Amino acid sequence: MKRVQRWLRGEGAQGLFLISPTLVFAVLLLAIPLIMVVALSFWTQDYLTLDRTFTTANYQTAWTEPMYQYLMARSLKISMFVTALTIFLAYPVAYFISFRVPPKRKAMWIFLITIPFWTSYLIRIFLWKVILGYNGVINGSLTGLGLIDQPLSFILYNQNAVVLTLAHAWVPFAILPIFVALEKVDRSLIEAAEDLGDSKLRRFLRVTLPLSMPGVIAATIIVFIPTIGDYVTPRLVGGPNGLMISNMIELQFKKANDAPLGSALAISAMAIVTFVSLIFIWLNRKYIRGPGA
Amino acid sequence: MKNQGRFLKWFMGLFLVFLYAPAFLLPVFAFNDSSIVSFPLKGFTTKWFSVLQSTEPLHIAARNSVMIAVITAVFSTLFGVLAARASSRFKFPGRRSIMGFIMLPMVLPEIIIGVSLLVVIIQLGFELSLWSIIMGHILICTPFCIAILSSAFMNLDQNLEEASIDLGQTRWNTFRLVILPLVMPGIVASLLIAFTISLDEFIIAFFLAGTEPTLPVYIWGQLRFPQKLPSLMALGTILLIVSIALLLIADYFRRRGIRKTGIENSGGFL
Repeated sequence: MKRVQRWLRGEGAQGLFLISPTLVFAVLLLAIPLIMVVALSFWTQDYLTLDRTFTTANYQTAWTEPMYQYLMARSLKISMFVTALTIFLAYPVAYFISFRVPPKRKAMWIFLITIPFWTSYLIRIFLWKVILGYNGVINGSLTGLGLIDQPLSFILYNQNAVVLTLAHAWVPFAILPIFVALEKVDRSLIEAAEDLGDSKLRRFLRVTLPLSMPGVIAATIIVFIPTIGDYVTPRLVGGPNGLMISNMIELQFKKANDAPLGSALAISAMAIVTFVSLIFIWLNRKYIRGPGA
Repeated sequence: MKNQGRFLKWFMGLFLVFLYAPAFLLPVFAFNDSSIVSFPLKGFTTKWFSVLQSTEPLHIAARNSVMIAVITAVFSTLFGVLAARASSRFKFPGRRSIMGFIMLPMVLPEIIIGVSLLVVIIQLGFELSLWSIIMGHILICTPFCIAILSSAFMNLDQNLEEASIDLGQTRWNTFRLVILPLVMPGIVASLLIAFTISLDEFIIAFFLAGTEPTLPVYIWGQLRFPQKLPSLMALGTILLIVSIALLLIADYFRRRGIRKTGIENSGGFL
């Protein structure tokens, strides 16, 4: 009894007590719904009646039907390209802010980079359609300058447009973790490398880059996982060949009225991105030794 | 050496053009006197803004969105305060995994959250309503609130709290009179961020909206009609100005909070 009482007055119990409302909310609205989606994916639905006998039929359809295989592979490919492009754009920007901007100005620069992100999400994506379209900003100005006769058609209603638009939407989320990681890099280590005769490039590759890898990994995860579930961008700028798995998930849940198959597709997509992310983290641990490795 | 500096500057210039292109075009088309959203520009007009004024369904959707955003901001900040305080002040069993779980919606695709809430609501036989959207929004906003509030709570000097208790104040009074005023700027920033995220959120609202649309759901419906596009540009311009104003206020409070706790400002919050 005494021990229980002492524990109840201690730090552990107080912390748990304090966090319990948030935790209960998350369990009710996140854990239980996710478990129900998993359960649903093992059931079948015939029009409106739900058959609760356990079956893996939905997963068989999701993994063997060529249409779903194709959509899944394409979504994965688009997400990977988006992630690569985003990191490629974000790293130099984060580096610039961390190493070139005077400390007093850094907050302002970070703010500057997050502002466009607060344009309405839907309207922002729609505007990319205007920029990339046949009579859009890019084609219009290129034709006006006499550089091209025909509008460029490879920039709208295809996967390139989806990758570009998604990279634009996610780049602030990649800059921030990389910036934070670069800020933590001990400047004296770079000076030490300089004193020991390393060239600028070598210093970057052997000191700055490995030490900022945690930020790059965080950015990769933050961008890669959510982009596979993007619905609006493929619908607005993707055209018929740019649709992604989430468009199919929505179709199954709404028009096709097959929520179990939609659940199986959603879970499969999540399982694949999680698996790819874990491999990525593991490869990084193995080949690039960051701090604490 | 010089080359690298020049490369970075060029890169930054091009990057900012890329980043600001849509935000820059938005007001351009909002004031453009043409019913087609494309170049070349015609002339200056404010008629698209008056079109907005007379569109009744838009006002209803906007009212719904504001109501959802206010309730979401209050509750996610409340949940955020509890979680941020608990994780920054106390060590308790399973702290890391509990926090990881609560922060999960930050990396989960929104469509997964939308779908899973839809499944629960339908299976339990509830009606879709604005409340289902509010629940989803609180879920995705809470992690952002925790991220902002955690830094506010972590910057607190624990000695102040102990001094207050040594001087005979109760725990509740200590929280109310010592801790709360110090983290207040963080709370205001958290409210504003949650409000802004909720106001703009589309996917969850799209899945969970019953008969009453939110502003983004309304915009989505209108994007199909070419003749509605110019007035949507006007609407987007208004929304952009509102968001930036809210963010500037949020950032002002965040800075004030940092100054209060006497720690050097190290960067933005998002």
